[in-house]
Amino acid sequence: MDVLYFAWVRERIGIPRESVDSQAATVADLVAELSAREERYALAFSDISALRVALDQELSDFDAPLAGVREVAFFPPMTGG
Amino acid sequence: MRVIVQEAPFDFGAEAAAFASARHDMGAIVTFTGIVRDNAGGLSAMEIEHYPGMTAKALEKIAAEAVSRWSLGDALVIHRHGRMAPGEMIMMVATAAHHRADAFAAAEYLMDYLKSRAPFWKKEIGADGAEWVAAKDDDEAALERW
Repeated sequence: MDVLYFAWVRERIGIPRESVDSQAATVADLVAELSAREERYALAFSDISALRVALDQELSDFDAPLAGVREVAFFPPMTGG
Repeated sequence: MRVIVQEAPFDFGAEAAAFASARHDMGAIVTFTGIVRDNAGGLSAMEIEHYPGMTAKALEKIAAEAVSRWSLGDALVIHRHGRMAPGEMIMMVATAAHHRADAFAAAEYLMDYLKSRAPFWKKEIGADGAEWVAAKDDDEAALERW
């Protein structure tokens, strides 16, 4: 699946998107997998209450299942308007 | 209903005039425009990042909900991304309804949802560095009234 990062999440991880080969069942599982990779991921995901997630470009939750999902995006709370 | 996401500036006057004159069965037009604000005098620019695949879809969903809830004749959302100087227009919404109460309420609804449900992130660029604008608890709480 493609994993996208925006705003300070993108800056902390250092890339805007990447392709991730994962069997994670839920978003939270994927976060745990990524966090275990390297310090920059652990830092970006240290407080998931400060993050939002979209699955296939729809806002979702960290306990949502990832089955069939092609695009996961992590970002801080939005500041539009 | 029209939703536009673009980097270029837009012509607020022309957009508002075209929107207001498009229909003759709507007696009330409300417009709102958001401007890059320089609170402390140290802002050199605002940079707005967005999620290209999701932005237009999210805005269309919000606008469609406003149209249906207040039986609007029409709704317009224009939102920019990229780098803007203080004083530049970031975005505008316009709503057309039979009467003003619906036009005002729908415009407020659009703004409340654009603030915290449309995938934009603002970064303030100043002389001393850059900082992401944090979402306010008030913005999230504002959604509860709808």
